[in-house]
Amino acid sequence: MIWNALAIALREIGRNLTRAFLTVLGIFIGVAAIITMVTLGQGATLAVKAQISNLGNNLLTLRPGAGFGSRTASAGVPHFTEKDATIISEQIAGIAAAAPVRTASLSTIYLQNARLSAITGTTPVYFQINKWNLAEGRFFSEVDLRSGAAVCVIGNTVRTELFGSDNPVGVKIRIGKAACEVIGLLVPKGQAGMGDQDDTIIMPLSALQRRLIGKNSEHDINQISISAQDGVDGTALITEITSLMRQRRNLQPNQDNNFNIFDTRQIAETLGATTQLMTMLLAAVAGVSLLVGGIGIMNIMLVSVTERTREIGIRLAIGATAREVLLQFLVEAVTLSCVGGLAGIVLAFGLCAGLAKIIQVPFNFNLQINVIAFLFSAAVGVLFGYTPARRAARLNPIDALRHE
Amino acid sequence: MNQPAASPLIELRGLTKTYGVGDAAFQALKGIDLTIQAGEFVAIMGPSGSGKSTLMNVLGCLDTPTAGSYHYQGIAVEALNTNERSLLRRYALGFVFQGFNLLARTSSLDNVELPLLYRGVSRQDRLAKAVAALTSVGLPTKLRSTPAELSGGQQQRVAIARANVTEPSTLFADEPTGNLDSVTTGDVMELLTRLNLDRGITVLVVTHDDHVATFARRTVLIKDGLIESDVVRP
Ligand SMILES: Nc1ncnc2c1ncn2[C@@H]1O[C@H](COP(=O)(O)OP(=O)(O)OP(=O)(O)O)[C@@H](O)[C@H]1O
Ligand SMILES: [Mg+2]
Repeated sequence: MIWNALAIALREIGRNLTRAFLTVLGIFIGVAAIITMVTLGQGATLAVKAQISNLGNNLLTLRPGAGFGSRTASAGVPHFTEKDATIISEQIAGIAAAAPVRTASLSTIYLQNARLSAITGTTPVYFQINKWNLAEGRFFSEVDLRSGAAVCVIGNTVRTELFGSDNPVGVKIRIGKAACEVIGLLVPKGQAGMGDQDDTIIMPLSALQRRLIGKNSEHDINQISISAQDGVDGTALITEITSLMRQRRNLQPNQDNNFNIFDTRQIAETLGATTQLMTMLLAAVAGVSLLVGGIGIMNIMLVSVTERTREIGIRLAIGATAREVLLQFLVEAVTLSCVGGLAGIVLAFGLCAGLAKIIQVPFNFNLQINVIAFLFSAAVGVLFGYTPARRAARLNPIDALRHE
Repeated sequence: MNQPAASPLIELRGLTKTYGVGDAAFQALKGIDLTIQAGEFVAIMGPSGSGKSTLMNVLGCLDTPTAGSYHYQGIAVEALNTNERSLLRRYALGFVFQGFNLLARTSSLDNVELPLLYRGVSRQDRLAKAVAALTSVGLPTKLRSTPAELSGGQQQRVAIARANVTEPSTLFADEPTGNLDSVTTGDVMELLTRLNLDRGITVLVVTHDDHVATFARRTVLIKDGLIESDVVRP
């Protein structure tokens, strides 16, 4: 009986190829849209998460001034000292490392290439805190720091602008008024929604202070980069650092903080949540397109319902049972839905692979969404293909034949 | 008089059919008593709206009566469920409609094969029987034609082939010649007569046409949902 129904259903599809094509098209577009949007949305989420984790895990940044981004509030506010960084890492439990950072913007010259670069003077732990990896050469060491060696590690943007694709390691460049040997090249991190991270030159703090800008005050540290140990509660840590710094900066209880602590984890969570929201939004849009596809199918079914009702009447009149007729319609609907669904999956795979490359997000085949989209499309197809048939098959054959 | 051993092919007692309910109710059949023996060729005549089609549809199990009894070969049809009525149509009844009712975009061969498909006849047998049936109605060259490519008379002959390919015990034809000219009408009636005489199929034909009625030995006249006369030609 099932084979009979299959044979009849396939014949009936073959006789009405336009109708079959339009039905398949509705499912096909819906499935392709939903899979593509969700897959790319998840790719984008992954890309953002990867870039944020490049910033450094559990990274806290201590800056002068009342709040993030308020420049006026930081004017005239004392900066930090190297001692602040040492004391934070020594006195607060749960801190993996703390690095004092002194930044400057200086001209950098190699042969005829010159540019203004952001220079970071710091200690060797800075590289671990900020998750920098080496592409070439080496980081500077504690020895370099103590001796104030004129060495630097450069980011990929600086390398490209000064050296093109040449290997910069071992070459001397001019930074401000001093010559400085490039000892390492960093693995690029890319954009992370907060400027080009690879536009950086990192050198020993002592070298920056002594050779390039001169140390004119104890309070010459612009920021302190702090990494927490894994599993340490960031909020508790921030409270501890805050009270330590208030004490070290002699703030009275009635005075506001004249520094702020910036937690990348919070940013990561916020951005992660935002991209997840975007993915859900895309999925909703795609869901609507599947629904529109479904309505398209319903339209085709409704337009052909008179013809199909008469067909059902004829089949019943020559001796088909209602069950057989329904089985035929079910097989027809399932077949068309599956063809449309599978074609949609294939198209979505191609689209995802292509678009992921163009918009530069990772492409992971997401089995779950493929299965969901396929089942949903099958359900839509069956619902809209089968429901009109169910009504017709309940009629007396003569009423089905007379249907207008 | 010699009493028939088996029960009659068709036996109606007080059959009524009411369309609609309440104020809109209309009684199309008002109590029909009718007995038809196997092998008869019966013409059913009467003015328009008298209930001929209603009667045929009830007899052909395409519609259900409101009251009364209908026995087919001794089986109480009103006691059958939808499924069983389908099976009765499948194995015992054939129907020819005034409007042909062939499947659109479907070849003559496929249309004629269809009842065999539901009977579970093998592919080879289906093909052989369908070709034979189409040949017997004079359409051996139109096997692949769809209804749209056939004339009215040809379509009706395909419908007759479809109705008799299963060799039913009764063939119901509701104004089979209503849409045909007099020459084609003669062809179609000859076909039905041959099925009746050669194969012993009981034939019931509804018609307005006196000429068509001359092919039948028995003529039942219906008026306002009741049998007015029932004449058997000697
Ligand atoms: N589905 C229906 N609903 C309501 N009334 C109906 C229905 N079908 C038929 N009737 C009524 O029942 C009566 C008998 O109809 P029927 O079709 O049996 O007549 P008929 O004798 O076949 O007429 P004709 O010769 O014109 O085909 C008519 O008055 C018709 O209006
Ligand atoms: Mg009629």
